[in-house]
Amino acid sequence: MSKTAVDSTTTLASEPKGRTGAARILLGRDAVMIYLLAAFLVFAAVSIPRFASPLTAGFLLLDVIPVLLIAMPMTLIIITGEIDLSVASIAGLTSACMGVLWAGGMDIGLVLLLSLLVGTAAGVFNGFLIAVVGLPSLAVTIGTLALFRGLALVVIGDNAVANFPAQLTSFFTSKLGATGIPTVMVGVVAVVLFFGILLHFTPFGRGLYAMGFSQEAATFVGIDVARSKFWLYVASGLVSAMAGIFWTLRYSSARSDNASGLELAVIAAVLLGGVSIFGGKGSVPGVIAGVLLIGTLNYALRLGRVSDVVLITVTGLLLIVSVVAPSMGAAIRQWRHTRRVRRNFNHSASPVASA
Amino acid sequence: MQTDPDLQGQPPVALSLAHAAKTFGPVVALADGTIEIREGEIHALMGENGAGKSTLVKILAGLHQPDSGDFRIAGEPVSFRNVAESKAAGVSVIYQEPTLFPDLTVAENIFVGRQPKGRLGLISQGEMRRQAAALFGQLGVAIDPGRVAEGLSIADQQIIEIAKAISLDAKVLIMDEPTAALSGVEVDRLFAVARGLRDQGTGIMFISHRFEEVFALCDRITVMRDGKYVSTHVTEDVSVDRIVREMVGRDIAELFPKEAAEIGAPVLSVRGLSRAGVFRDINLEVRAGEIVALAGLVGAGRTEVARAVFGIDPYDSGEVLFGGKPLKGGSPQAAIAAGMGFVPEDRRKQGLVMDLSVARNVTLTLRKRFARAGLINGRAELRAAEEWSRRLQVKAGSPEHAVSTLSGGNQQKVVLAKWLATEPRFLIIDEPTRGIDVGTKSEVHRLISDLAGRGIAILMISSELPEVLGMADRVLVMREGRISAELSREEASPESVMHAATVAAATN
Repeated sequence: MSKTAVDSTTTLASEPKGRTGAARILLGRDAVMIYLLAAFLVFAAVSIPRFASPLTAGFLLLDVIPVLLIAMPMTLIIITGEIDLSVASIAGLTSACMGVLWAGGMDIGLVLLLSLLVGTAAGVFNGFLIAVVGLPSLAVTIGTLALFRGLALVVIGDNAVANFPAQLTSFFTSKLGATGIPTVMVGVVAVVLFFGILLHFTPFGRGLYAMGFSQEAATFVGIDVARSKFWLYVASGLVSAMAGIFWTLRYSSARSDNASGLELAVIAAVLLGGVSIFGGKGSVPGVIAGVLLIGTLNYALRLGRVSDVVLITVTGLLLIVSVVAPSMGAAIRQWRHTRRVRRNFNHSASPVASA
Repeated sequence: MQTDPDLQGQPPVALSLAHAAKTFGPVVALADGTIEIREGEIHALMGENGAGKSTLVKILAGLHQPDSGDFRIAGEPVSFRNVAESKAAGVSVIYQEPTLFPDLTVAENIFVGRQPKGRLGLISQGEMRRQAAALFGQLGVAIDPGRVAEGLSIADQQIIEIAKAISLDAKVLIMDEPTAALSGVEVDRLFAVARGLRDQGTGIMFISHRFEEVFALCDRITVMRDGKYVSTHVTEDVSVDRIVREMVGRDIAELFPKEAAEIGAPVLSVRGLSRAGVFRDINLEVRAGEIVALAGLVGAGRTEVARAVFGIDPYDSGEVLFGGKPLKGGSPQAAIAAGMGFVPEDRRKQGLVMDLSVARNVTLTLRKRFARAGLINGRAELRAAEEWSRRLQVKAGSPEHAVSTLSGGNQQKVVLAKWLATEPRFLIIDEPTRGIDVGTKSEVHRLISDLAGRGIAILMISSELPEVLGMADRVLVMREGRISAELSREEASPESVMHAATVAAATN
């Protein structure tokens, strides 16, 4: 019976895809997220005092940078139908290594380079187990989530290293002139553009969507599924290391529990941005909107002096609504259709019965 | 119920559906679904893909609810909300590929959810196996109820589904293309089971594209076209030509047009290719402009050879030469780069990415060609997709529609378009017309013949004998992982191919 159930859902799922051209772009889930973000920004600017100021842009962006960074490779990974839960632990491990190396008296340039290498190596490890050995990514990255966090603790223990060069830490909190936009956003935008172009405009990106729907079909058109996955995890490790470095220098503190729990914020934002957890669907603009929406919401609520507990609850609810809403819509349509049909059916059937 | 159903004497009607309609949004899937199945008859439902057969079956199975129409079981009006309700009313559907639980035993699969209980309310394994064995006895087949379902052939799995249906006291059994994946012997056994059930009074609805089977097995034939009921005939009083005409609404002059093509130099040579336990010592050659058919029973290793040649699966020894040069094994990328294409047997899983649009599917093989400085030129991509869809006359609402919304025949054209767009020198086509309706079938055949005419070398795997005999310049027959015969077009006949496919060669 499972086969027939799948059949009926695929017909349902393929119906809305009958839309073409402008309608598809303007009514897609990622577009809806962008409208929602715009609407919320307007609402917040009007109703929350002090929201519409350059300060807002600055703090808000500084807050969302780690999530935005990691969300990029995560988007690509989820579109291929996989997941990476170890990203926050990689960021933590990077931070710990940075602290120890810097405290050991190494040149800061070399420290940054080695830290990036540590993150990349962690990504290679994930990629090897998932793409080469062929283990399920959920299991592997749950394992490395614990493993890398544990290693971070081994590396730096309970200590915190704080005395990073003032020049560097102030650079990481500096703003572009009077706009209030953090200087590091330039680099972040570069990363976002890189992944956006990679996903939407390259042969590699096309392959990722195909893999997300059917790895078998992807193999038949000559897509190297294992190699694509491997490089995605390496990229994820590298970008997580960048986020770890940013985190460390922004707060000027290298600790083993830095960025702890960030993976859930990232995945929540990616899914909120319209990426399907089953793979095959999603876009970078949608994810950017998802990240900014969660960030803005958190910031606005905090400005409104709402407690952290509420923030977490709201984020969770938003995520559930965003995932449930499309299927709810479909379910309601189906229910109404069925009811109408049964009524018609009984009408048309009963006269025959009496005849 | 010993005698054949006397259709004049009108045995009671087990199930009837009259003028059922079903629409999905703007799409009319079924305009007039009408069928009547009597007790103790085998009733064929025929029609092209897109004729509405599947929708009709889904209505009978309780998966879809019709928008209007009259549906009766044993004379009583019914409307099913779900599959459980239709099962309870005695309607069971056997699908082409049954979905058993692989880790459960055969008996557990039959009685899943309603296992016979013994003392303390625990499942009684012994009782369950006894009942399963009794069912198999009734069907006249020998399957061990105690073995696990994993590793059973599709044919055996279907028999188990049938046993399950009978244990549920099915009055009407619907078989949806049950023979598509079966070999000749297995088909015969399935037919014996079906005839046995008919003689016990079960009404059977049989869906198939194969005329030989329908005419050999069925008592009556109902034809559908474009979602509408066309006619019902007693099989004895009707000819294949008549049914074909009614199905397509026009005469088909020729089912298998293979035109003579100039045979050129060898494009693909396979030498001594072996893979332990799968195939052994395969030697074959395909020349430009030539269609070589790889015939044999399902499971003879034909697809496995093709997959190894294309690089999807590895091979242990031997070599593949393409255009005289050795081809790297285990790499579809290398095969595609060299000029190879592969139209796989399973369109839905391997040939297409069903949820992607027609355009994306067509250009999936061309990803790299449209990239300038690493970036894809979207406009050129869409143009190429439209161009190839037009050349192959793909009927789609828009190139941006998901390919899953197309009919089987049009999906196959998209798969062909996707490979033709790469301008290949060699194409492997595995079951080119599986599950494709008669009208499109001859279109696909004409297309393949046309490709050969333009100098493309083609290796065609097919389980349909008329297709093999009609299309191939040469026929290679495989049996149990080896090539058992090579037949020229003149030598190839239904008898010679079937002989090589089934009978162990005494010498060599």
